[in-house]
Amino acid sequence: MSEPLLSVRNLSVDFHTARGTVHAVKNVSWSISRGETLAILGESGSGKSVSANAVMNLLDIPPAEIVSGEIFYDGKDLLKVDYETHRALNGKKIAMIFQDPLGHLNPVYTVGWQIVEMMTAHGRPADMARVRALELISRVGIPEPEKAMGKYPHQFSGGQRQRLMIAMALMLKPDILIADEPTTALDVTIQAEVLSLLKELQAETGMALVLITHDLGVVAEIADRVVVMNKGEIVEAGETREVYHNPRHAYTRKLIDAAPGKGDIKLLDPAAPLLLDAKKLNKTYGNFAALKDVSLTLARGQNLAVVGESGSGKSTLARTLLRLEVADNGEALWKGRDLISMAARELLGVRREIQMVFQDPTQSLNPRMSVYQLIAEGWDIHRLMQDKTKRRAKVIELLEQVGLSPEHVDRYPHQFSGGQRQRIAIARALALEPELIICDEAVSALDVSIQAQVIALLDGLRQRLGISFLFIAHDLGVVRDFADTVIVMKSGEIVERGPTAQIFEAPQHPYTQRLLAANLDPDPDVQAQRRATLTDA
Amino acid sequence: MTKMIGQRAIASLLSLLGLMVLVFFLSRLTGDPAVLFLPIDATEEMKQQFRALHGLDLPLIEQFARYVWDLLHFDFGESLRKARPAIDVVLEAYAWTLPLALITMGLVITTAIVLGSLAAFNVGGFFDRLVSIVSLVGASAPDFWIAIVAIVVFSIGLGWVPTSGVGTPLHWVLPIAVLFIRPFGLVVQVVRGSMLSALSAPFVKTARAKGVKNLPLIFVHTLRNGMLPVITVIGDQAAALLNGAVIVETIFGFPGVGKLMIDSILQRDFNVVLAAIMVTAVAIFIMNILIDIAYGLLDPRIRH
Repeated sequence: MSEPLLSVRNLSVDFHTARGTVHAVKNVSWSISRGETLAILGESGSGKSVSANAVMNLLDIPPAEIVSGEIFYDGKDLLKVDYETHRALNGKKIAMIFQDPLGHLNPVYTVGWQIVEMMTAHGRPADMARVRALELISRVGIPEPEKAMGKYPHQFSGGQRQRLMIAMALMLKPDILIADEPTTALDVTIQAEVLSLLKELQAETGMALVLITHDLGVVAEIADRVVVMNKGEIVEAGETREVYHNPRHAYTRKLIDAAPGKGDIKLLDPAAPLLLDAKKLNKTYGNFAALKDVSLTLARGQNLAVVGESGSGKSTLARTLLRLEVADNGEALWKGRDLISMAARELLGVRREIQMVFQDPTQSLNPRMSVYQLIAEGWDIHRLMQDKTKRRAKVIELLEQVGLSPEHVDRYPHQFSGGQRQRIAIARALALEPELIICDEAVSALDVSIQAQVIALLDGLRQRLGISFLFIAHDLGVVRDFADTVIVMKSGEIVERGPTAQIFEAPQHPYTQRLLAANLDPDPDVQAQRRATLTDA
Repeated sequence: MTKMIGQRAIASLLSLLGLMVLVFFLSRLTGDPAVLFLPIDATEEMKQQFRALHGLDLPLIEQFARYVWDLLHFDFGESLRKARPAIDVVLEAYAWTLPLALITMGLVITTAIVLGSLAAFNVGGFFDRLVSIVSLVGASAPDFWIAIVAIVVFSIGLGWVPTSGVGTPLHWVLPIAVLFIRPFGLVVQVVRGSMLSALSAPFVKTARAKGVKNLPLIFVHTLRNGMLPVITVIGDQAAALLNGAVIVETIFGFPGVGKLMIDSILQRDFNVVLAAIMVTAVAIFIMNILIDIAYGLLDPRIRH
């Protein structure tokens, strides 16, 4: 193998925080050669982005401190060069794109200005930069490049914004592109498009690609080699196929096992009584039809999944069923009574019976309320558990039900991890003894290993308490593991529905087929096979 | 955007109308002008004459109609003390207050933005601490005290600048300097805070990854994003200056609208007070519209 283009050697970085020093990465080494794709795989807090940020000189020092190590590029140790030398390399030789392109593009400047700036910041003339920008904007598949140049980031879709970020990164034909979770916030079909665009551009330019991700599927799809990180250390490194099929480290094995979409598919009990019967729900916002004639039924103890990409209307559906939004027409019979036309007084009772768990527990839990207050709040609203002496015992019981311990009862949300916070949100929902829990992307923000635990928890609740779930998700693997029935939505309409096995094994609607095809499998061989079939087709 | 400005303009007009009603009836609550203006030993006949002369014997509603009608003709009545149209007296004072406010705010805005931004960029460093201390002292300084001390030190002690009045550019130095301190302190603090949060925004990381140099990183990428809350405070401070810096103008004998208002209140020259209130209100409404336009110019998400 030729001399690597970039090599990180024995890098250790500490973060000095008010609560003590955190060893963010310890003795991390990796390297990458021209034309190669290296994935850095890890869950949140694994330190997977730290070495890349050190390469780009993006660590905030302090609180960060580079304890030891070298980063060699072009015969120079990037940790020793002066600020100006490093700045001149950024963007020009090593470029970087990020997760959440909306946040990472400047909201108050046009995308054209921002893309052109990549070259002007390195002393190239603006007219030359403009020509190159137009060429690249069209290359990454944005229609009407001239017009696109004059628009602002918020005027594009998420996928388009990431394409524009890629165009910006490639302006100066960098040797290395570092992509930090580039597709995490995108829909599966868009993710597939962006990843294949990255691969094409890599083939055209011969650049090296460092991809930081938490998603085994992304690794399987794109990476030649993978570095697996856990708690700041590299636990395993090697060729992608080799690591997937013969993981040597226990953590890698755990990660591969936790990847959703491999368990037994559940069946719906046909004798279960009907709980919810929604007919022809419609909801429009101005000219935009968010729901078009949506009908669905849900039985006691059923796990109904609603899948679809952003803008498909799945969250509007949930909000309409909770009557947080008022449907334009249609009815939703909850145990025979219509939710849509129900009087406010009656609705309060129903609100107790239908609870919701949201995507981001950091935002859905009030940071100034203790776990006890968060869980007990619903009892005040619904005048339940009036005997306050019993409340504490009940809260502790609920915490134990969701796998937390009694000593957590007086802590505040920020003292918990993301997975634990979602358990608190679930405990809060359970406190009101609901019959239906609507989960709006409730596990999407969680790491895979935590995701699997929360899914198991929810399914346990269904079995023990007979609770039904309306499970809104975009991750098909999770849906396959959890749901017994699946509804596929697109542009406000239900395009396909059926038992989970049927949807996953014999999808009828082309859109369902497309969704399934875009869903990445963690097995690199399966992905390679799919790619081959797609190319043939 | 144009629609938004139009709506704001209509809202402003409605507020002006409300203010007009309020000012008219409140001023009638201050007592019978005939009693206030005529000597204590004036006869009832003289009072009647005075009322008839100024239309004060008409029913209140008719008085109001006349008042509104006159206002529409830009007629605020006569200044009782100066025997000239009240509006002329007020506009003359504004010709002094407006440049004073503009120069002061111009200085405040430029210095506060530059120093606040640099402090935020070097957060925790020596420069940041220095700026924080200076701005805190400035924001909490009582201006009447500073004005007097400044006169004692710079006019009487050192003899660099005149003590009061107008006439030469030197006469402007102390009023501007004293008026500058408090808004400067406040705006620096807001700029620093706003820039601190803007500098931690993800797009700043993108700019650094692009190799953008520090100065454009601060003043091009971040500043425009950090300016929105700053503009609100700037508007607030500018409004206070447009109102006439009552204390500072009085101490320095500066013939601005603040001093005029105080003098007119003391002399019960109500037509001038009313005219000054209305003109100030119009000025503040215009400034608020300018601030709305600035918001739109700075942030395309508001514009669209």
